[in-house]
Amino acid sequence: MSADPTQTLAFDTSCHLFGNDGCGFDTVAPGLHSFLFKPLWGGADSNVYFNKTMLLALLGSIIVIGFFWAAFARPKVVPGKLQMVAEAGYDFVRRGVVYETIGKKEGEKYVPLVVSLFFFIWMMNLWSIIPIAQFPVTAIISYPAALAAIVYILWVSLTFKRHGFVGAFKNFTGYDKSLGAVLPLSMTIELFSNLLVRPFTHAVRLFANMFAGHTLLLLFTVASWYMLNGVGIAYSGVSFVMVLVMTAFELFIQAVQAYVFVLLTCSFIQGALAESH
Amino acid sequence: MSPLVQLAAEEAENPLIPPIPELVIGLIAFVIVFGFLAKKLLPNINKVLEQRREAIEGGIEKAEAAQTEAQSVLEQYKAQLAEARHEAARLRQEAQEQGATLIAEMRAEGQRQREEIVAAGHAQIEADRKSAAQALRQDVGHLATDLAGKLVGESLEDHARQSRVIDRFLDELEEKAEAAR
Repeated sequence: MSADPTQTLAFDTSCHLFGNDGCGFDTVAPGLHSFLFKPLWGGADSNVYFNKTMLLALLGSIIVIGFFWAAFARPKVVPGKLQMVAEAGYDFVRRGVVYETIGKKEGEKYVPLVVSLFFFIWMMNLWSIIPIAQFPVTAIISYPAALAAIVYILWVSLTFKRHGFVGAFKNFTGYDKSLGAVLPLSMTIELFSNLLVRPFTHAVRLFANMFAGHTLLLLFTVASWYMLNGVGIAYSGVSFVMVLVMTAFELFIQAVQAYVFVLLTCSFIQGALAESH
Repeated sequence: MSPLVQLAAEEAENPLIPPIPELVIGLIAFVIVFGFLAKKLLPNINKVLEQRREAIEGGIEKAEAAQTEAQSVLEQYKAQLAEARHEAARLRQEAQEQGATLIAEMRAEGQRQREEIVAAGHAQIEADRKSAAQALRQDVGHLATDLAGKLVGESLEDHARQSRVIDRFLDELEEKAEAAR
């Protein structure tokens, strides 16, 4: 068994159901080790290294920039095909997400951030089903966490800027006199929920979806190969159909999760800018 | 669980604890995208979208301007046409009136000229008649005296007598003429 936590392929290809060596599925099944990569450069022990997800993240950046560069570098009043597609995407995020939640006047400032977030996350998610890459970069918690941190810093500082210290505190705690005796409890829960749970769930929602999606795809792919032996071929076929179904489903989930992430971002910004009540 | 997976699970630790190098690279990758989009590409497209909006609205405005101009020109034409009609009617009226007075004047003038001519004719006729009567009276006198002289062999040269005789003769002639009438 040649597999190790930083293997090149996700599993040992010689292991099959009804195989002679009698190896079980638990030896090839995807797990946490499927999300670990051997550094392409640098040491595994030190903190200075370069691995597949980093490569994909940077490549994804280049692809996103390349796409928008090709579309918007020399834009025309009467758009070409590529510009039209890019404009549709841009307009979808601008109108459908930012203007809808924050409003046109206040939201205009945040359009570049939200558009960048949406297309960056979408690209990172899309790596999941792009051949050879086949790994969603956002399934490593660092990437969603970095993005969620940017959003968190933005909306918290916006809250302080807009409402001052006391106002921001009221905003975070959902201060409302009419609650009476429950107010201290409510304020504690709200503060905890807004300042601690919110950024965590913001990052983890994206991470967990991509993590689970990748695990499912891996599971069915590995199982198809594992069962491809003797009578297992029939099971293998079913599993392979599931691979196709899950791939299509992932394609949908990738876009949805990018949309959810930016929608939440806008809703946080809107909450920070809203008048306290 | 095989020792391999156990090992992997141990090494993988908690998947919710972010490895720092990936965090840094993730930030860098996103900041690059954000930088390009926010500083260059999105302002680019915003400018063009604005131009397009202006082009469309400008087109609408132009069309509206053209329409109002056409409307005003039409009204102007209508006003001019009405004025021209009015003017024409006025001119016709004037011409009719002028014509009528002209005809009346001409008629009066003609009347006057006719009367003049008639009067002149009458006077001429009268004068002619008078001179003719005068001449006739003299000629008739001469003839009569000549004749009478021849007949009576007596010269009736004496003017006084002559006149008396002639007058008497003529009076007789006139009386005869009146009686014959």
